[in-house]
Amino acid sequence: MAVSTSNSTFMGYRRDNGRVGVRNHVVILPVDDISNAAVEAVGNNIKGTLPLPHAYGRLQFGEDLELHFRTMIGTGSNPNVAAVIVIGIEPGWTSRIVEGIAATGKPVAGFSIEQNGDLKTIMDASRKAKEFVHYASELQREECPVSELWVSTKCGESDTTTGLGSCPTVGNMYDKLLPQGIYGCFGETSEITGAEHICKARAINPEVGERWYKMWQAYQDDVIEANKVDDLSESQPTKGNIEGGLTTIEEKALGNLEKIGRTSKYIDILEPAEAPKSGKGLYFMDSSSAAAECVTLMAAGGYVIHTFPTGQGNVVGNPIVPVIKITANPRTVRTMDEHVDVDVSGILRRDMTIDQAGDSLIEMIMRTANGRNTAAEALGHREFVMTKLYRSA
Amino acid sequence: MTVPHLLVHAHDDNVGVVVVEGLRSGTKMLCVVTSDNSSFELEALDDVPIGHKIALGDLKSGDTAIKYGEDIGKFVADVKKGSHVHVHNLKTKRW
Repeated sequence: MAVSTSNSTFMGYRRDNGRVGVRNHVVILPVDDISNAAVEAVGNNIKGTLPLPHAYGRLQFGEDLELHFRTMIGTGSNPNVAAVIVIGIEPGWTSRIVEGIAATGKPVAGFSIEQNGDLKTIMDASRKAKEFVHYASELQREECPVSELWVSTKCGESDTTTGLGSCPTVGNMYDKLLPQGIYGCFGETSEITGAEHICKARAINPEVGERWYKMWQAYQDDVIEANKVDDLSESQPTKGNIEGGLTTIEEKALGNLEKIGRTSKYIDILEPAEAPKSGKGLYFMDSSSAAAECVTLMAAGGYVIHTFPTGQGNVVGNPIVPVIKITANPRTVRTMDEHVDVDVSGILRRDMTIDQAGDSLIEMIMRTANGRNTAAEALGHREFVMTKLYRSA
Repeated sequence: MTVPHLLVHAHDDNVGVVVVEGLRSGTKMLCVVTSDNSSFELEALDDVPIGHKIALGDLKSGDTAIKYGEDIGKFVADVKKGSHVHVHNLKTKRW
């Protein structure tokens, strides 16, 4: 279906810092693993809240600790989040996260457990969470231009159909929407291996391309070469990729890179969970290729909608960002259609062009921005997975 | 257009992708090159699952596999035109 994308608008939630969200969550955020029980109790007490338990936050240090704070603060700051309760074991790191989120102007309150215990903390945090639910539920959507959208992408359980169909569909969307002023983001550092010469050349200028290449090479040297025990077959490509017909990382990478289309160029490189600072355009985020980790990092970077091409049928979702699933594999459409938001299998039958597929994805992005729940949202997929760089102290 | 059995990204490629379920050995496949929609016919020598690759020519161990017009690895066994290409006869050059 052809849709006009010029002058398109959507109904979004405009936040105090000017950013626009497409969801309106009240998040209950633990600073650390041992605060998960209190966070989940508050989520149980107060309906309409979204607890985000996770596994980390104790004894991390250096770059790994900075990434932890960036992910926590970025998640709370995401415009899809209306208000945030932060709960930590002690007040120091709790306050640091509260202050980071407060910079957006949204309501945020911190609670710490030491010298209070879980029960008093849960009661105090529940009262505040109830206030925040009343606040958020009265916020109204307003008309916003498409240029306010921040749309990220990462593919998963890829097969050869992703390189033929669903990834070029995302690429076509970026070629059409980036010129209209959206922010884009791709990543998956390890998964560009085999297509690094092409990716380097897709930078806006040679300086950015060189910085990208150094980042990619550092991952090869510091992580893969330092830790590998074989050629990574069954990890990259995954067992599922191989079942789907992908044989080598080079083949997978070339299909992956179809997600940035024909004309789009990236303007800057982001650290994991880092928010863009160079204005509208496409960014590369240094990130894992594991679905839940990558989507969590991009959400923490401030992206409000995620486009997710899949071949064999990765079912991942994210608690705060709607994840739109696109597949070109007719077997996946036949066997697990409840996970598919955009069916582009017509590309393989040659009865749908990439241009038409791109338009159908844009239409689904606009519907999702307006409030349509994605398959992953309806099925309850809320994978919130922190990236950890090395062992804690 | 008739529904193709095999799609090929670029004219330089020496492998193509099966895009129908249940492809049987002996099928005279309609093959389409997606870059310009040109087509050719090729007989499949194996039963090949959807998404898996087929060799477009007779290939030797040590040859480079080409897809998207790019290097996707090296053949580690001789492969006959029309037969299945996967982890048993193609390996990465990386890692």
